[in-house]
Amino acid sequence: MSDGTETAIEHSAIERPAVERSATGDNDASPAETMPSLATERDMVFRSRDVNVYYGSFRAVRDVSFDVYKNEIMALIGPSGCGKTSVLRCYNRMNDLIRDARVTGTITYRGVDLYDERVDAVEVRRRIGMVFQKPNPFPKSIYDNVAYGPRVAGQKKGLDDIVESSLRKAALWEEVSDRLNDSALGLSGGQQQRLCIARAIAVDPDVLLMDEPCSALDPIATARIEDLMQEIKQDYTIMIVTHNMQQAARVSDTTAFFTSDVHSERDTRTGILVEVDTTQKIFSNPSDERTENYVTGRFG
Amino acid sequence: MTDASVAQPMALTADSLQIAPTRRRREVIVRYCLLMAALGTVVVSALIVWSLVSEAWTFITGVAWADTWGQLGWFPRRGLYDIPTIVIASIIVTAIAMLVAGPLGLGAAVYLSEYANRRVRAWLKPALEILAGIPSVVLGFFALTWIAPNLVGRIGKNTFLVIGVVILAGYAVIAAGVARNRIKHYRGSGAEPSSLIVAIGAIAVLIAIFALVGAWLLNVWIEFAPARAGSLAAAGIGVGVLTIPLVASISEDAMAAVPDSLRQASAGLGARRMTTATTVVLPAAISGIVAAFIVAVSRAIGETMVVFLAGGAADAARFTDSPFEGSLTMTAAMASLASGTDSVVGEGLTFQSLYFVGLMLFAITLGLNVVAARFVARVREAY
Repeated sequence: MSDGTETAIEHSAIERPAVERSATGDNDASPAETMPSLATERDMVFRSRDVNVYYGSFRAVRDVSFDVYKNEIMALIGPSGCGKTSVLRCYNRMNDLIRDARVTGTITYRGVDLYDERVDAVEVRRRIGMVFQKPNPFPKSIYDNVAYGPRVAGQKKGLDDIVESSLRKAALWEEVSDRLNDSALGLSGGQQQRLCIARAIAVDPDVLLMDEPCSALDPIATARIEDLMQEIKQDYTIMIVTHNMQQAARVSDTTAFFTSDVHSERDTRTGILVEVDTTQKIFSNPSDERTENYVTGRFG
Repeated sequence: MTDASVAQPMALTADSLQIAPTRRRREVIVRYCLLMAALGTVVVSALIVWSLVSEAWTFITGVAWADTWGQLGWFPRRGLYDIPTIVIASIIVTAIAMLVAGPLGLGAAVYLSEYANRRVRAWLKPALEILAGIPSVVLGFFALTWIAPNLVGRIGKNTFLVIGVVILAGYAVIAAGVARNRIKHYRGSGAEPSSLIVAIGAIAVLIAIFALVGAWLLNVWIEFAPARAGSLAAAGIGVGVLTIPLVASISEDAMAAVPDSLRQASAGLGARRMTTATTVVLPAAISGIVAAFIVAVSRAIGETMVVFLAGGAADAARFTDSPFEGSLTMTAAMASLASGTDSVVGEGLTFQSLYFVGLMLFAITLGLNVVAARFVARVREAY
């Protein structure tokens, strides 16, 4: 397991030099613009520039810019309240569901501005799936949970195959194949979270956004989900928010470190992006002192 | 072991952990007072049932059963207690009330819980509660002086037709909206609204067929009903208006209790609000929604003032199964008898018939609650 992770990191590091993707606000010229090689353009899934998230008049996240590449696992780490989840939820427009939430800046998904007025958030979410912090299966059968997305998309035939293959991919098939019609709420927490992953996979998304998917799980269930992420990254691009630095180090290829900027006079805090780099570099030789303090456990 | 504890200077005994006697007495008193309060409601219920049953028993044992079925109508002072008259009237009023309150109340609840933003909610919810606060006697007058002449009198026997046309028009509007939306967003991709369109279409067609067949059966194609003082239809619509807030607020509470994480999960899988509402929120809230309907039906069956004022009959009624005639519901029959109690006491079984009707009402509501509990237990999606 750990061997696999390391090779994955090395592999991606060889493919794309780190400098190409460091997207902190320090550089004036955006790296992606300075090196528009064809290969990276095609591989790029997300590109965000100067993204701000507001809740009412409160600015939760300030000027976030980074790129995400295909078949890569990107981890968003940082202390509580630094806006990781707010950033993640911009990528499938889940923030639209929060009243008074507002997103400025640009996020493009395969070249399309996600916040273009012609873009329908529902269509976006069919391509960019989400797994939540707390397992949230529907109070329906296991089968109906997995078949929900395809059904919503109007599919009526071949659901059995989709359910089986999704559950297999989520490493849950062996455990539930004989009780697909039982309520999903009868599963354990770890099984429920794998069911939620199967449910997200069933709509055949392009990207999976995972918001602390293991925070409610025990170490064994966590390990299973981490293995699962390694397996499914061949097919998907994954962004994961995690509080667990070991997890980020184990599973991700790239890591973005966020922290919060405290305005002492207003007693509010705004999330900022400190640096983005290969996971290897972030954890062994980060370029920012704040990152180093955080990953070595001196802060946060 | 014992020696060691005795040797300690501050030995802990049961006495030092004892409650003060006055405090203990007070707690016992409070406890018994609360028990009395709880038992009081049971005792009152038992007394009500006992008084109902004992008087009703006099009626059941004393009445000539031939007078209770297939007679001209409900003429208690003449000894004709035709039960179908008042039961059918109650069913008609309740059915019309639910036809009004069901779609409007549930629609309002879905809108409030799934669509409305904070600003709209801030005035819409209190407005609904104002409707709930209107005394039923006021609504009775409204039903008599406005609904009866303007709605029932004008539209009259073509009501079925009008409902059909309105629903078909509504369907056409929705279908046009969805089609427009689809051209905008769906070109070639997902076909999510199709099942919704089919469902609405099927309901619209069913209701249209129902309207046409109903109009044909009642032979009331063109003929307009005379604008009469009151009718079961007017009373039913009035009771419906009265129960809208009940259906809306209980259903909305049930839907609001569905965890937001389920809506998020549904949205994250590419479901629209309407899909989320119908496939996730409504099934999860079904027990509350059924409860809302049961409470509303019980309220509609038991509603007295509106049907008494707008039902179009005073203290006796001929049998009718037409909603456009005046008749007495069970409650109105009781009210009209009770308001003249002085003159009926001792006159045969007239007074006792009142208790018999009350017992029937009680049995119906009890039965409804039992059936509803079973239904809910079967279809519920617990979260």
